[in-house]
Amino acid sequence: MAIIEVNNLVKRYGDYTAVNGVSFAVEQGEIFGILGPNGAGKTTTVECIEGLRDPNGGSIRVCGLDPHRDTDELRQLLGVQLQKSELPDKLKVGEAMELYSSFYRDPADWRELIETLNLTSKLNSQFRSLSGGQKQRLSIALALVGNPKVAVLDELTTGLDPQARRDAWDLIESIRDRGVTILMVTHFMEEAERLCDRLALIDSGRLVALDTPAGLVSKVDDTQRIRFRPSAPLDHAVLNALPEVTAVEQAGSQLVVTGTGNLLLAVTTVLAHNQVVAGDLRVEQTTLDDAFVALTGRRIES
Amino acid sequence: MSALFRLTATETKLFFREPIVVFFALAFAPILLVVLGLIPAMREVSAELGGIRAINAYVPVVVAMGLALFALNGLALLFASYREKGVLRRMQTTPVKPIVMISAQIVMATILSVVMMLIMVAIGRFAYDVNLPKQLLAYLISYLLAALAMFAVGLLVASLAPSGKSASAIGTLVFFPLVFFAGLWVPRAAMNDVLRTISDLTPLGAAVQSLQDATAGTWPQLLHWAVLLGWTIVAGGLAARYFRWE
Repeated sequence: MAIIEVNNLVKRYGDYTAVNGVSFAVEQGEIFGILGPNGAGKTTTVECIEGLRDPNGGSIRVCGLDPHRDTDELRQLLGVQLQKSELPDKLKVGEAMELYSSFYRDPADWRELIETLNLTSKLNSQFRSLSGGQKQRLSIALALVGNPKVAVLDELTTGLDPQARRDAWDLIESIRDRGVTILMVTHFMEEAERLCDRLALIDSGRLVALDTPAGLVSKVDDTQRIRFRPSAPLDHAVLNALPEVTAVEQAGSQLVVTGTGNLLLAVTTVLAHNQVVAGDLRVEQTTLDDAFVALTGRRIES
Repeated sequence: MSALFRLTATETKLFFREPIVVFFALAFAPILLVVLGLIPAMREVSAELGGIRAINAYVPVVVAMGLALFALNGLALLFASYREKGVLRRMQTTPVKPIVMISAQIVMATILSVVMMLIMVAIGRFAYDVNLPKQLLAYLISYLLAALAMFAVGLLVASLAPSGKSASAIGTLVFFPLVFFAGLWVPRAAMNDVLRTISDLTPLGAAVQSLQDATAGTWPQLLHWAVLLGWTIVAGGLAARYFRWE
């Protein structure tokens, strides 16, 4: 059974329709991503799931609860990391954890959580003295301190440097390994591709596509392009004869082979057979980025 | 209960980590009382004030001013800046209800301001020989009613102000008329009838008169307690009505 079910969700602000008939279901134990450009309705969608906003239409169930009606019970089961939210400047890490764990019926061991999140050395540090990455980790710790079944992470890695972002990704995977289902909002393609089991692509308040990252890419185009510099001249006909190959072009000293399916294996087998070594070999595939452009007609970062 | 206790304890710790807020909310009024008492004229009997010493008349005024400072500079600023920074919004995602957060603030503010009041009464008694309230129970009830009314006004300012800075500005704007009608510049006894009637209807005017009556040993007028309750209900109700998490 799905742990989160969203059916035909509609949310309007005055005349503006922020979310327009979005439906999806998140399975238990998944890392489910909501991907889309800024202003697409991602945050509004998760805020309805969190019970922070009252939808104008459609239905939502989280662990079988209606977020708007059963808000009290939902708060015990759902851990939330908000996009923009701080703590009092002078609140210490340990105090924050102690305080927030007192809010829940069955809190996690916050000391162990802080240890996992690598913040033990910061227990006595005030919030204002933490780095961006440390604040985010504390924010995750607070979202998890109630032992939630589901954690919602909104733009968790926005504003982090590349190293901190990679650390956050490892962390998210380790949270899932604890048995927590994760719903995450992002506009980073790389993040979505690396972390999410499945993705809901949202644009202008509508669900554009729902699939695995690889599924989204192949839905659009599974054309691949291989570039290399052959160590010896090679008859193009040998490559053209392969069923996987659709075109072979010479670009200066390089060969560009376009095709589909298991193109790389087919081409390298032929090269080995002809005792040609492929120098500077590169494979270019359609990325999630390309898929996004194809599905929505525009780039995500705009 | 445990969440309320933790919140109150944590908020109190945080309060004492802000020296400027602590100074204005807790220390300023007692210091003013000490300074006023050092002026020789303040210790002389004044016919204008109905035959009591000026310092005796000023203790309740400064006590009431202390409450206003706490409510408008402490509570309002704290709450509005919590909202501005998303502290309240984060709390909204937890099982804690807004009423628990507001209760924690009011419990903290009540305890601290009662301590401040006791310090000022003690300063009056031991430094300047001002008699202790003769009707202790009436004094305490009057003080608590005044505290609730002022905290409700402070929370209303916090609910209406768009940011921490504007809460501070609105708080200051509200502060001056309130302490004027409390009698900080012109004592209530020296006000003309129109001014005194307005003063009767303001939270601090009603508070000062109730505290003075209780000090003198008579039970305060029902009007003044009713005014304090009225402010608590109206301002508190509006604060709850306009309360926003974000």
